[in-house]
Amino acid sequence: MIEQQYIDLFQQFRSEIDSNSVSGMNKHRDSAFAKFKQIGFPTSKLEDYKHSNIARQFDAEFGLNLRNIEIPVNPYETFKCDVPNLNTFTYFLINDRFYNQVDQKEGMPENVFVGSMRQFAEEHPDVFEKHYAKIADNEENGLVAYNTMFAQDGFVVYVPKNVEIEKPLQLINILSSGVDLNVNRRILIIAEENAHVKLLVCDHTVDEVNFVVTQVTEIFADKSAQVDVYELEENSTKVTRLNNLYSEQLDNSKVVTSSITLHNGYTRNNIRFRLLGEHAEAHAGGLAICDKEQHIDNFAFLDHSKPNCLSDELFKTVLNDKATGVFCGKILVEKDAQKTLAYQTNRNLLNSVNAQMFAKPQLEIYADDVKCSHGLTTGHLDEEALFYLRSRGMDKEEARLLLLVAFTSDVVELIRIPTLQDRLTQLIDKRFRGELMRCGSCNVCK
Amino acid sequence: MLTIKNLHAIVEEQEILKGVNLVVNPGEIHAVMGPNGSGKSTLASVLAGHPKFEVTRGSIEFKGQDLLEMEPEDRSREGLFLSFQYPVEIPGVSMVNFMRSALNEQRKYRKEEPISATDFLKLMRDKRQLLGMDSQLVSRSVNEGFSGGEKKKNEIFQMAMINPLLAILDETDSGLDIDALRVVASGVNKLQTKENATILITHYQRLLEYIKPDFVHVLSDGKIIKSGGADLALELEKKGYEWLINP
Repeated sequence: MIEQQYIDLFQQFRSEIDSNSVSGMNKHRDSAFAKFKQIGFPTSKLEDYKHSNIARQFDAEFGLNLRNIEIPVNPYETFKCDVPNLNTFTYFLINDRFYNQVDQKEGMPENVFVGSMRQFAEEHPDVFEKHYAKIADNEENGLVAYNTMFAQDGFVVYVPKNVEIEKPLQLINILSSGVDLNVNRRILIIAEENAHVKLLVCDHTVDEVNFVVTQVTEIFADKSAQVDVYELEENSTKVTRLNNLYSEQLDNSKVVTSSITLHNGYTRNNIRFRLLGEHAEAHAGGLAICDKEQHIDNFAFLDHSKPNCLSDELFKTVLNDKATGVFCGKILVEKDAQKTLAYQTNRNLLNSVNAQMFAKPQLEIYADDVKCSHGLTTGHLDEEALFYLRSRGMDKEEARLLLLVAFTSDVVELIRIPTLQDRLTQLIDKRFRGELMRCGSCNVCK
Repeated sequence: MLTIKNLHAIVEEQEILKGVNLVVNPGEIHAVMGPNGSGKSTLASVLAGHPKFEVTRGSIEFKGQDLLEMEPEDRSREGLFLSFQYPVEIPGVSMVNFMRSALNEQRKYRKEEPISATDFLKLMRDKRQLLGMDSQLVSRSVNEGFSGGEKKKNEIFQMAMINPLLAILDETDSGLDIDALRVVASGVNKLQTKENATILITHYQRLLEYIKPDFVHVLSDGKIIKSGGADLALELEKKGYEWLINP
């Protein structure tokens, strides 16, 4: 059993785990441990993991930095951001630890907290207690249970009632280690009533070892709150990224997420939205461009339990070489969720005969007055469009690139930061030109 | 300018063109007419280099060069333009970006500098007005959500932007109402000079009331069975094609 070494590790190092974390996080470890022992890591025997055997990703010797040993990395020196000219409040997580750095108070509204999870749990124990490990599902998802057992720090955004942070926040996750490492990272975003915040999360690798990363992000959007979370992955091919994003929304709130994978090794995104108030809006976008033997699995679950809500999913995948893509989109419209509008679109492009895509829409509707739709296509680049562009004098390769970038454009347009849209379009263009075969800041991938 | 000799072409193993001969000189307007399925659109596609069609015999010379040896983009850069019967919708590619890239590729081929932003915008505005196109249309994605008429206008707009030597208009009149037809025809007439030439491919005589051809050819079963002056089109309008096909 692959889980056993992690169970032993947890029991053996329990006191170190606790003493290098805070009570607010520690108090959830026992129940998570009990659950993990029961369900373990997801395997491909589970329908929702049919094409991603997660357990196998843990079947190796990984170190865990449970004693909080400092990683000798200065992100300000080593990190060159791929998204320049983007005016943000910038923060770093080195592996799973918040990197203590310069205060950015200027322009930041009062009473907002952005920073270390450990610090937040101690400064605002009540708020932390109310939300931490409450939104993410410890019951069915073994990855969340595992993460809750081992996570010792992370990143928190707390925006009080009626406060709007106009300038976007940017969290840069850096993977750095001399040995193969398991990283368990935690993010919590709390937007109180009518609070507004936008967060860009960038993932990068700076060292050439294997990483298995679990990340659990919990988003709570109170009444009329607006939360945008854009994730941009540019990891090395040696990274397994197991991302779990959970969102809960109350009346009139709006949450926009986008999970963009420009470069990766093995990625699974579990995206779960629960619409718990009326007139709430959820937009979930996703884009992955994979080649070599990269793997991308996007799993999105939209749960409508209240009337008059809207959800819209748009996921796109571009696969080259021997890459594998998976998409599963579940929409659940519960009995009371009348007047629900739920849309789902999944489009996939295969540029190689050896690339594979598995896609599955899954709609469960128990209310009778709803509008739900889904569209799914997997195919090749449109030859007629290619000829049309060439017939106007465009070079075949340029025309192909233009069409590839165009294929991704509607996902980019979901992002509500215009400068980021522009930059992302450039990055995507570079990616298709093969100039982004390694991430901007690392030299791992060749 | 263009010399087509004994052209045979197949699509999906079926022979469509069975020996077409045609000579087009600078300053001339040729109309190619014929019943459905006679091979008119295949001729247009073969000239533009559509990869679906395969030429099995014959030759096409364009400005003294072997056209069949050229990639579609090089045909365009040498001055050949096809107005599509069914223009393709390309979501995510804006008309502005598309036209700028296309123009600059054309200029690069002629070893010219890329067009300046000011000149480009002025050119866009001038040509748009020539076709009476809404400024909204050019800021949208290529042909996306355009009506049939708007798509055809957009083809002539692109032609005006690129200013080709030889324009092939494939059923440009189909799907146009009478007002749109007038606008499109006047656009084509304004672009016609002594140096360039036009091939109009059409099923009906209607377009020829607005664009006066120098030569009219009747294509039937993959061959030109009769050529004449503008009068031939009028005769066809009266008598149909039957008297020519089965005399």
